[in-house]
Amino acid sequence: MSDASEILAPPSPPGFYEWLRKNLFSNWFNALLTIFSLVFLYLALVNVIRWMFFTADWRPVTGSPLLFLIGQYPRDQLWRPGLSLLICALLIGMSWGVWERYVKAFAIFLGILLGVLALIPLETPTITLVVRAVFLVCPFLIFGGFWVGRRSGVQGRHVTTLWLIAAIFILLVLLPGLSSIPALPVVPTTAWGGLLVTLLLAIGGIVLSFPIGVLLALGRRSSLPVVKLFSILFIEVVRGVPLVTILFMFSIILTLFMPAESRIDRILRALMAMVFFSAAYTAENVRGGLQAIPEGQVEAAKALGLSGLQITSFIVLPQALRLVIPNIVGQFISLFKDTTLVIIVGINDLLGIGNAVLNLQPDFVRLQMEVYLFITAIFWVFSYFMSYASLELEKALGVGER
Amino acid sequence: MSVITDTRIRQKIPLWRDERALKAVAQIVSAIIIIGFLYWGISNFLTITEQRGMPLTYQFLKEPAGFPVAESYIAYEPTMSFGRAFTVGLVNTLVVSVSGIVLATLLGLIVGLARLSSNWLVNRTALAFIEFHRNIPLLVLLFLWYFGVFTRLPRVKESIILAGPVYINQRGIYLIWLRLTETGGVFLAFALVGVMLSITAWMVLRRIRETHGRETYFGGVSLAILILIPFIGWFVSGGEPFQPNEPVLQGFNFQGGLRLSPEFAALLIGLTTYTAAFIAEVFRAGILAVRKGQIEAARALGLKNNQVLSLIILPQALRVVIPPLISQYLNLTKNSSLALTIGYQELFAVGKITINQAGRAVPVFLMVMATYLVISLLTSLILNIYNRRVQFIEK
Repeated sequence: MSDASEILAPPSPPGFYEWLRKNLFSNWFNALLTIFSLVFLYLALVNVIRWMFFTADWRPVTGSPLLFLIGQYPRDQLWRPGLSLLICALLIGMSWGVWERYVKAFAIFLGILLGVLALIPLETPTITLVVRAVFLVCPFLIFGGFWVGRRSGVQGRHVTTLWLIAAIFILLVLLPGLSSIPALPVVPTTAWGGLLVTLLLAIGGIVLSFPIGVLLALGRRSSLPVVKLFSILFIEVVRGVPLVTILFMFSIILTLFMPAESRIDRILRALMAMVFFSAAYTAENVRGGLQAIPEGQVEAAKALGLSGLQITSFIVLPQALRLVIPNIVGQFISLFKDTTLVIIVGINDLLGIGNAVLNLQPDFVRLQMEVYLFITAIFWVFSYFMSYASLELEKALGVGER
Repeated sequence: MSVITDTRIRQKIPLWRDERALKAVAQIVSAIIIIGFLYWGISNFLTITEQRGMPLTYQFLKEPAGFPVAESYIAYEPTMSFGRAFTVGLVNTLVVSVSGIVLATLLGLIVGLARLSSNWLVNRTALAFIEFHRNIPLLVLLFLWYFGVFTRLPRVKESIILAGPVYINQRGIYLIWLRLTETGGVFLAFALVGVMLSITAWMVLRRIRETHGRETYFGGVSLAILILIPFIGWFVSGGEPFQPNEPVLQGFNFQGGLRLSPEFAALLIGLTTYTAAFIAEVFRAGILAVRKGQIEAARALGLKNNQVLSLIILPQALRVVIPPLISQYLNLTKNSSLALTIGYQELFAVGKITINQAGRAVPVFLMVMATYLVISLLTSLILNIYNRRVQFIEK
């Protein structure tokens, strides 16, 4: 022991007072700032808490949770969104098992939230025992999926494939229904609404805009003048105008450019606008990655005798995409937030349902703050988990370090 | 046939593997697809417009608009033309964008610096501000401010009074403002000349110092010009170029002062705080990008603190900051089109009313898009020229 004492012990972790002195009161200016912000924060917190628990009237939110989730989807067909939720819960659980560090926080949060939703006492007739049971099963499904995803045989690409199959099944068969199957009567998209539409637009926009964006980025660097010119024009024009104008173009102007008898579904038109808009931004992000690939990579591939298509798809793109994944995730977060703009063309997404709820009862009209804060919270949670996953991804990829 | 065979013999490359031939084919095919698609759309469009009798002309711009615009900074009456209404909308967009850009830059700088503060509490408060705004949609934020706050304000008689005096009520925010007296124009002219002269002096004297190495005191000289000439103007204009214009309650409303309508105020606050959160991160990244060694080296060379800041840190930070800052400014300008939802009538809102009133969707629409495009391209052009000047030129 006496020998060891010659080696200096590592400094003990700073005590509470040490931490306070260092971080809050290091000099007179900092002390002043600390006291000032303490007073400010105290006043703000007291007022917010008093408002949240005593003044605010949360009836518009607690009175119709199903409306916020699925809009006007026929209540006798409730099993369809319910089944979709169960499928998604299972897949989220599996994703948690496979990509632990990115999905874990979201999966746990979602499980707890649904569990709370199932057990919370709400004085509303729409949340029946069956609905509560579905919510209650979700956390177990998530955990079951996690258990399956942890098994060594299950890999990322399996889960991705399952997600794709599930998305196609849910979005094209289960929710809209098919006229040929009597058990699945057609539900027109005008009845869809709430979080369902928001997620549909966001996920549809993300999945569809990505390949188009990559193609545009390649087109912009193409040696073919026609393709290059078209790509540049498309990207610059779309990036130069607000999303509102593009949404408007697709909802009103597009019909003027189509044959007179054709009609495109309203939500589909909005989705096309989101894809159109997002693709231009994705293209610029991908182009940044393409430019960062050293010319030597291409030359080496050529020397090995690879064809142009092979060079692009096996050498250049994989490296370029890896570089820009964080930017693309950021782009997707803003796409998710931008879905709210569809209320301008009359689609009842989450925000549109919020507006509709305010008109449900005459005494709800003055409760905008409560409803919009609730919607803010939902958006915040989703975006926060996405940016959290993106940060983790950035760390894992070591962008900027390698 | 014989020509092709000749080529094959000479080059020993079959036509379907000749890169130049393939490229030409790809060109032609892509051109045909793009042009064909455009032709298809435009021919559809022409048949429809012919059926409905809406020719693609801009004659209607001279017709009377017939709708009021709530706020306008240039004279406007509903009897004036559609073109005039469009200009009013454009000016409204520019006003809210420019004020938003200035305020968001200031707020963003403050929040960005707070985020770098060694004070834990300040640091975390700034982080909370940034995380809150970055993760919510701007439209929801605008709704929160407008419907949640501004439509719930008290009536005029029960206005909230803040120091200043600032009066806040249902009809908007009333601020104290300056009003030019009759001789105010003289003072403004002097002030303008002073600013221009001082900038010229700065540039000329600085160039002299850079080329001849002689100390010209360019900072002091231009500062002196900047103060002295407006000072002379103050005396020439009779000592009172402007007076404070305070809002006063007269009857049912406030008179005088500067009134910000609830729509404008909500839009401005929403745009400012939302963009400031992004700008704060831009500034933080810029300042963190200056290596510590640079500052230490500058100190070792004996530079004073303000010299380290202005000669070493700022020029290097600006280089990193400017490109993302440009895109934030453009975002803010484009985002101002969301004003439509809360009733501030800017370019897009006026365009939408014009479409309903004049029934010319496509021409109006092209105009609106082209205007946004021109604003975006002009802004990025100007700022890119500036950007090129501050960027480090690699040898």
